[in-house]
Amino acid sequence: MRTGALMKRIVRQFMRDKRTLALLIAAPLLVLTLMYLVFNGDTYKPKLGLIGMPEPVVQQLEAYGAAVSVFEHADDADAALKDGRLDAYVTLQSGGTIVKLEGSDPAKNRAITMLIGRMAQKAAPSAANASLPAPEFQYLHGSSEMTTFDSLGPVLIGVFAFFFVFLIAGVSFLKERTSGTLERLLATPLRRWEIVAGYILGFGLFTGIQAVLIATYSIHVLGLMMTGSLWLVLLITLLLSVTALSLGTFLSAFANTEFQMIQFIPVVIVPQIFFSGLFNMESMSPWLRWLSHLMPLKYGADALRSVMIRGEGWNSVAFEIYLLIALSLFFMAANVLALRKYRKI
Amino acid sequence: MMTVSSGCVDVRGAVKRFGGKEVIRSISLQVERGEIFGLLGPSGSGKTTLVKIIAGIDEATNGEIYLLGEKLPKLAMMNRIGYMAQSDALYAELSAKENLEFFGALFGLKGSKLKARMQYVMELVGLGGHLGRTVSAYSGGMKRRLSLAVALMHEPEVLILDEPTVGIDPLLRQSIWRELEALGRSGTTIIVTTHVMDEAEKCNRLGMIREGRLIALGTPADLKNQTGGGTIEEAFLRYGGGQE
Repeated sequence: MRTGALMKRIVRQFMRDKRTLALLIAAPLLVLTLMYLVFNGDTYKPKLGLIGMPEPVVQQLEAYGAAVSVFEHADDADAALKDGRLDAYVTLQSGGTIVKLEGSDPAKNRAITMLIGRMAQKAAPSAANASLPAPEFQYLHGSSEMTTFDSLGPVLIGVFAFFFVFLIAGVSFLKERTSGTLERLLATPLRRWEIVAGYILGFGLFTGIQAVLIATYSIHVLGLMMTGSLWLVLLITLLLSVTALSLGTFLSAFANTEFQMIQFIPVVIVPQIFFSGLFNMESMSPWLRWLSHLMPLKYGADALRSVMIRGEGWNSVAFEIYLLIALSLFFMAANVLALRKYRKI
Repeated sequence: MMTVSSGCVDVRGAVKRFGGKEVIRSISLQVERGEIFGLLGPSGSGKTTLVKIIAGIDEATNGEIYLLGEKLPKLAMMNRIGYMAQSDALYAELSAKENLEFFGALFGLKGSKLKARMQYVMELVGLGGHLGRTVSAYSGGMKRRLSLAVALMHEPEVLILDEPTVGIDPLLRQSIWRELEALGRSGTTIIVTTHVMDEAEKCNRLGMIREGRLIALGTPADLKNQTGGGTIEEAFLRYGGGQE
């Protein structure tokens, strides 16, 4: 009941502070729209699998800058494609060339289509054997219409849900301390965990609204590619927000002013964005890549990508979902402990 | 006067250290039920730390604190203590009513009881007509009075006020003291810190604190007589001087 009272108070305060409410809800939508307008593709060195190709074709493709590996059977190549070891494989079937693409990254799709296109053009004038018959493109995920925004969109949803919630929750909790109201709360029978739980529930309501708005706006208004379950997307976005909420309120214990809270952005938020999948991590050294496993945002972004682009279901994102729940609980517990600084019981 | 029968608040050898620094140096004192007890001392003398320990928010490094017979700190005792800090500690975005509702709910008040208490405390502090106003529209003095009203919501048996009249005009200060005296008569024990000498005169008994030590304890009249001075201020200076 006391937690309920706290939750009600937070909701009321939020309704008065329209500007913060607008930041939480409108800012992510605005930034996503900008990203949608700005993003254009770039080039990439594709990983290509070849089945039963003549040697000159293999050499020519390598000369064009592809990382080529040769397979005996289409099944092996398919498996490699699913694991992400290949971006595409090429095979000859009844006189035609079949190009099967993994398809979830449009930049890679474009690079491969261009590469194969050049091979096919060569066929006409010289009729050399380093050429291919007119190719047919198939996609494991995505399609030829997929844009960079489709591919980055799920990550961006995660990033903005995380960033704005982290900041607003952190500053609000901090304000409780600087205004002296925390001391007053601690002069009541309110338990420390009840304070943390009240904050999660009160803010959780607004982050829930934010999650619904961001996801539906991106999918229905901006036309972001969506092949999986909307409910899963909402669940993952919400969990990511709750993680940001618990992390933000916890870290605010280590800031004395709002400005110090802002200083957590380059330390806590920006590295997570780098590792979230917005940038290709395959060129990164392995030990650095390992860091990404420490970042909550990466798990949320990976799960969103799986659901939205690859259309995968509960089983393939269950690990990420449980991990986000575990991280939230961990940060909440840490916050309950951090509050010991102000009252032992 | 110095011995205690009912023993509402009993501080026994309280010591508080922050890091290596001793802020409270073995203070012992008792406050009787229904008494207005003043803690007088310059800023930085340890008054706030001491009242936070008595309010059960902070914990003494050494020594024992008993409040109404129960050893502190204890969460259940929070229901019987009212605490008003130096800062107003109100939610400026909310109305006075919403602030009172919130803190009342934390103490388990609800329904008609909550409403009745809200009306009562607001009348008591003279804000009866301003219940629906947003706190950010309140003047400094009104905020201070609302802060007192919040501390009174759950009918605490012990009321602890940390510099309740700081930054308040003399007229308002007088009205707040009238309220405190009325509460004291109705049986509420009040511990109040101050560094204003004429306020100290209004307390039933006084404890003088300097550099974390209790340097004198007694009624204002006793303290003045013992030092042969005419005012509390002179008494305070005399006791303080004796320590150095």
